[in-house]
Amino acid sequence: MPIRTTPFHERTSALNGTGLWSHWSGHLAVEKYQLSEKAEYVSVRNAAGISDVSPLFKYRFSGPGAERFLAGVLARDPRPLQPGEAHYALWCDDRGFLVEDGVLLRHGPDAFVLTAAEPNLAYFEDLVGPRDRVVIEDISPDWAVLALQGPRSRALLAALDERIGRLGYFGHGPATIAGHAVNVSRTGFTGDLGYEVWCRAEDALDVWDAVWAATRGHGVVPFGLQALYMTRIEAGLLLLDVDFANSRFAWTDADRATPVELGLGWALRDVPTTDRAFIGRDALRRELRDGTSRFRATGIVVDYADWNRHHEAAGLMPVFDHVPVQEEQYLYDDDGTQIGVCTSFLYSPVLQRHIGMARVPVALAAPGNRVNLEIPVSHRYVHVAATTARLPHFNPQRKTA
Amino acid sequence: MAKSKTTPKAPKSAAPGPTAAAPTAAKPIKSTKADRTYDAIVVGGGHNGLVNAAYLAKSGLRTLVLERRHLVGGAAITEELRPGFSFTTFSYALSLLRPEIVQDLDLVKHGFMPLLMPSTFCPMENGDYLLLGQDHGSNQQEIARHSRHDADAYDRFDHDMGKVLQAFKPLMDAPPPNLFSDDPEELVALAGLGARFRSLPKDVLHNAVRLLTGSAADFLDDYFESDILKAYLASSSIIGTKVGPRSQGSGLVLLYHLLGEHDGVMGAWSFHKGGNGGFTQVLARAARSLGVEIQLESPVATVITRGGQAQGVALEDGSEFHAPVVVSALDPRRTFTELVDPRELPSDLVDAIRRYRFQGTSAKVNFALDGAPVYPALAGSEDHYRGFTNVAPSMDYLEHAFDEAKYGWYSSRPYLDCALQATVDIDMAPPGKHVMSCFVQWVPYHLRESDWEHERQNLGDTVQRTLESFFPGFSDLVLQREVVTPLDIERVAGLSEGNIFHGELLAPQMFSFRPAPGYADYRTPIAGYYQCGSGTHPGGCVTGAPGKLAAQRILHDRERAAGA
Repeated sequence: MPIRTTPFHERTSALNGTGLWSHWSGHLAVEKYQLSEKAEYVSVRNAAGISDVSPLFKYRFSGPGAERFLAGVLARDPRPLQPGEAHYALWCDDRGFLVEDGVLLRHGPDAFVLTAAEPNLAYFEDLVGPRDRVVIEDISPDWAVLALQGPRSRALLAALDERIGRLGYFGHGPATIAGHAVNVSRTGFTGDLGYEVWCRAEDALDVWDAVWAATRGHGVVPFGLQALYMTRIEAGLLLLDVDFANSRFAWTDADRATPVELGLGWALRDVPTTDRAFIGRDALRRELRDGTSRFRATGIVVDYADWNRHHEAAGLMPVFDHVPVQEEQYLYDDDGTQIGVCTSFLYSPVLQRHIGMARVPVALAAPGNRVNLEIPVSHRYVHVAATTARLPHFNPQRKTA
Repeated sequence: MAKSKTTPKAPKSAAPGPTAAAPTAAKPIKSTKADRTYDAIVVGGGHNGLVNAAYLAKSGLRTLVLERRHLVGGAAITEELRPGFSFTTFSYALSLLRPEIVQDLDLVKHGFMPLLMPSTFCPMENGDYLLLGQDHGSNQQEIARHSRHDADAYDRFDHDMGKVLQAFKPLMDAPPPNLFSDDPEELVALAGLGARFRSLPKDVLHNAVRLLTGSAADFLDDYFESDILKAYLASSSIIGTKVGPRSQGSGLVLLYHLLGEHDGVMGAWSFHKGGNGGFTQVLARAARSLGVEIQLESPVATVITRGGQAQGVALEDGSEFHAPVVVSALDPRRTFTELVDPRELPSDLVDAIRRYRFQGTSAKVNFALDGAPVYPALAGSEDHYRGFTNVAPSMDYLEHAFDEAKYGWYSSRPYLDCALQATVDIDMAPPGKHVMSCFVQWVPYHLRESDWEHERQNLGDTVQRTLESFFPGFSDLVLQREVVTPLDIERVAGLSEGNIFHGELLAPQMFSFRPAPGYADYRTPIAGYYQCGSGTHPGGCVTGAPGKLAAQRILHDRERAAGA
């Protein structure tokens, strides 16, 4: 059985000048279109980039009990969402460990769509009780999603349908592109001003062509997964199986993490007081009340001079590699005791610093605390000085403006 | 903040307080003497002046920058000469900027954004081209198209050069030792330098000497047989300097340029967002946030001295500003023969400055274009314009282009370093349109039996004709043309004889001899009067190093004085 392709494949394969592909949820996904992933990244941050994010899983929840069902399943309360609004969503197990995260879009009083990185249909269906009046459908293959991300994205999409230009941060709504009805959400995985265009799979090529044509002459290029990972680390956005593991499939609690530990407490503000019963509420409430978090997520920024010093001492020129390291590197205190872990790391060309997403003891999570990152230099590990920093590392005003 | 207007501020405060609160206040309508007294005054708001002022302010000095023009940036400015079209009038890309400055001054917070240039395009006279990019294996294949031998020879060159660059890079970030001083600090610095070079492997030291003293052509011949590859690499050996690739001395210019870097890649360049003027605006914001006051349209006439000590400056309109530290960011000729009376200076310095070679040989021709030029072999693509377009199709072309300058004329077929910045920085031109910055080499400041008022448009035509020969139909694309002659560089940017580096990058005026033997430590014979322009170590290009190193010297001297 050959690997599946997305509805945009005819276009993305023609544009992929490197022949490099990844597999993303069983679909071909372009690793990088140009020989330089950094050039794609620069285009996203300075103009805009187009990417195909169709492999995301998408679930529709409909029916008069949809809201009530989701309010009982998701850790972040979906009830404040109005039709035309979306938010970052997460769901936990009954011990308060994170299962997965995604974006929840409310399409109507009784209609929601939730994205997810992995299949979750059985998980949600098993939670439907006899009195729940909700229908859950996996609509993943029916919808293609094209992301246009970067500072020019608003003006370019607004030229196709002015309604898009009026969307607020995490807003979404209907639009017409190439004569097809689409839904556009002001969401994305780059931490920049950006949009995702949801279109029916059969309309995908027309929609791609229209967006492509509208963006010619504006420095807009397609970008692959490597550039996407660069931007998501700068944006402090968690990646499943890199920055956290799905608690359903983790072997040990050491592999699990709570949303509070992962720095997502901002999405759980109602937990201490809410009468909403949802999976994991009591555990999260206890964690918040008793301060039992084992660690806290934070950004780290490597000390520039120390990085150079370690390389120079080994007879090397300092390396400034923008290719993301999405494997664990360890953090130590000055006495050499391991105190944490860095899960994602890169040299950020926009920030001109080595940055990472890390887990440290709660007491060290505030910005400005000194930690030491273990890095390989000349075939041995050395500890380079770093400082904890607030996430996201890169947070331009235009993202929410 | 309440500051007494009657008591002049004690200038020699040993421990400058956190004066950062003062500076950005609105300009007083009626100045008093106290308002016009600072801890330090920097003359000239080019990039080195701004860097210098920012470092001084960061250390708590109340610092004023006085800029002659209506905008800061000196030779690193961006101007919208036509609505929607941003021209980098003079300087047009970044590489040698010291990375420490980006960190020390927190420039990212103020908008620092270098944009990757993913390719280098070298058109050839036979219609072929050399197009290098970011992928090592692809570059080997592209080089092999011209010479199979050179594919791995390029790796050998890159490796050997890297070793030399590694040895020389620290020199960019430290003051040169004073060879003529008995000061123990200088002797220690000199001994350290000797020890470091003594410890280099033989081949690295020998390659360094070959580059420092020899020609780029000889050095490259040792590696390559491909003419286009050699011509491309040799182009960095002649920028801004009155040498050809076969002249001795061009090796040093090559080495100097390769000491630049972008994100740790040596020799790589970037376009700053908004051009190099975008960069100097970032510097100005950073400087202001540290407390620097920047006053535009304030041409300084003289440095006020009393008893061999700098006291402040007088503007051309007669108004005065006072400070115990005055820093000239101007070139050595202006620093030592215009801002102060050379009769106050030792004659060996004055003689050395008179001998100091400017003889600018560079010009710019900037275009607004209706579309990207078409290179027939790559028709339909614009991707090859996303870095420099290097018009030096052969070594002979490059050397011939130098010939006419030796006899007081400009090249009839010049070397051009072109940049279509809007291919990377989309905001530089309207959609589908382009700006094209063309650096033109071997355009002498002194013309034999003519002058630049007569030759300006002829130079523009020469450049345009050259471009037309590589890009048929080029002239039809031209919406507007700006010709910047060496005389314009002198008059507008203030660089003597239009030398883009504040004086040539040749051995007799480098390192401990820049700008003069015994005066390379950013001090001057006038106490409190310092120099921080590109005429000091390490030299020209947008490095910021002279500004930073001069600031370190000033702060060090203040500490010493306070401790004494």
